[in-house]
Amino acid sequence: MNWLIDFFSNPANWSGPGGIPVRLLEHLEFSVVALLMAAAVAIPLGLWVGHTGRGSLVVVVSANAARALPTLGILVLVVLIIGVGSTWPVLIPLVLLAVPPILVNTYEGVRGVDPDLRDAAYGMGLRGPQVLFKVLVPVALPLILLGMRLAAIQVVATATVAAYVGLGGLGRFIMDGLATKNYTITIGGAFLVVVLALAAQAGFTLLSRVAVSPGVRQFR
Amino acid sequence: MITFEGVTKRYADGTVAVDDLSLEAPTGAITVFVGPSGCGKTTSLRMINRMIDATGGRILLDGQDVREIDPPTLRRGIGYVIQQAGLFPHRKIVDNVATVPYLLGWDRKRARARAMELLELVGLDSELAGRYPFQLSGGQQQRVGVARALAADPPVLLMDEPFSAVDPIVRASLQDELLRLQSDLQKTIVFVTHDIDEAIKLGDMVAVLRVGGRLAQMAGPATLLSEPADDFVREFLGRDRGIRRLSFIPAKDVRLVTAPADLVVDASGRPLGWRGDGGLLPYGTFNPERDSLRAALDAALLAANGTAVAVDEDGRVIGVAPREALDEVLGQYAARYTVPDPEDPYEEGGHQDTGHQGAGPEDPAHEDPAHGEDPHG
Repeated sequence: MNWLIDFFSNPANWSGPGGIPVRLLEHLEFSVVALLMAAAVAIPLGLWVGHTGRGSLVVVVSANAARALPTLGILVLVVLIIGVGSTWPVLIPLVLLAVPPILVNTYEGVRGVDPDLRDAAYGMGLRGPQVLFKVLVPVALPLILLGMRLAAIQVVATATVAAYVGLGGLGRFIMDGLATKNYTITIGGAFLVVVLALAAQAGFTLLSRVAVSPGVRQFR
Repeated sequence: MITFEGVTKRYADGTVAVDDLSLEAPTGAITVFVGPSGCGKTTSLRMINRMIDATGGRILLDGQDVREIDPPTLRRGIGYVIQQAGLFPHRKIVDNVATVPYLLGWDRKRARARAMELLELVGLDSELAGRYPFQLSGGQQQRVGVARALAADPPVLLMDEPFSAVDPIVRASLQDELLRLQSDLQKTIVFVTHDIDEAIKLGDMVAVLRVGGRLAQMAGPATLLSEPADDFVREFLGRDRGIRRLSFIPAKDVRLVTAPADLVVDASGRPLGWRGDGGLLPYGTFNPERDSLRAALDAALLAANGTAVAVDEDGRVIGVAPREALDEVLGQYAARYTVPDPEDPYEEGGHQDTGHQGAGPEDPAHEDPAHGEDPHG
């Protein structure tokens, strides 16, 4: 506890290019950009596969395989290939980390909608895209958002690896503290990562409250 | 009118779900498809709104081949009610009911006003409009399903085992409600069920299908009970066909006599019981204006002295039917082989009777001279 008080009460930790606000923003930027990119890929793909049933095996198998990819290994690989100087070395592994939970949850969410509901929707005269966006997506939304939340927590926690390749973020505190045996800084940085992950979790829980129909929240 | 012309559904694996089905579902009447599982009744229904496409033959909707109509457009003009109601869980009840009006591009206000009208029509409190489906009971959800199907006032309604997932008491009230609605709305309804009693209660015409998707018999319910085409239909109809047939004979022809002094009534004229040695004895009542001969007979069997008490709408005694009076009516109908189907849409206009096909010639009852009185013949 004292270490945390030391860390946060030290004015030197709050200012300059290595200060808490800057590192926090860097960390947030990696996380948000990676999450948005992953969602842009995984949600449309998951919706399409869930709705049409085409390619579901490929999606599930490759998504599970992708979970086994070592983030740090990919980071180093990307640096070796394209070098430093851009944020890609950290974004690519983070996107690869975030895609599987979003993809699988979106796919399962859409596929898992009660067949009677789908039947009723078509029977009322909705066309394919209307069935998807007016019925399947609203009903699958809790699972889709759950996927986003899981991905967000993982991404926030893992974005610390950016510091390995000199890209900053909260991982910087952890690495610097370890390197200099100044564990106050390490613990302070880790604490901030935890806080950020919890904030992401709270944010998505809140979003679920607002975006998901009360009828579906109970229905699940 | 919905016409099936040699309709066949054969799946890629060679299974035949519906085999050369030809029948007509008359306009403004309830036609029930009934049969054991695997008889193709649901498939037949779903081919009407093209949820499934036939592989042979044609289905005509007022003369137009449904295959010529784009499925979503076709479906918006046909009400569709399914077993689990299939309400959209994320939408409030009022918006569920307004689904098709919205699709047809009605403005929100008009669609919602129409939805409120329909909720009232199916007997639901307007308070439920703002709720979500999970907050309703199964029976209420099913009513919403019916309201949703009726929202855009389609001339045709397809109902796929709509009441089979609710308990028997709720089911009976939903059936009564449907009959009440239908007497006002006069929709062309095709109703699928595996429950022969439901078919007989609801159907103006009943099509009995056998496994493999072949039509075993199509007839009005009373005719079906008295003249099953073959052993399959007879077996499917089950026991007590004779007694059940009495449901189609109105009790209004039962001769009533003045209530004897033995019948104790209260101040307003409602029955209390039959006077007995040790107090009042049980009695049974029927309403000759509304009830069937079956109800009258039931009332007689409930009474200690075998006399049925006739009452008016308010439950006041208007007379009694002694056993002889019931016997007279029973005798009349037992002698005549066929009971007229009430509200039989084929009754007027000399329509050719598709119903009696294959009626077993080996059945001695067919030689009954009274058979000539059959109004269908």
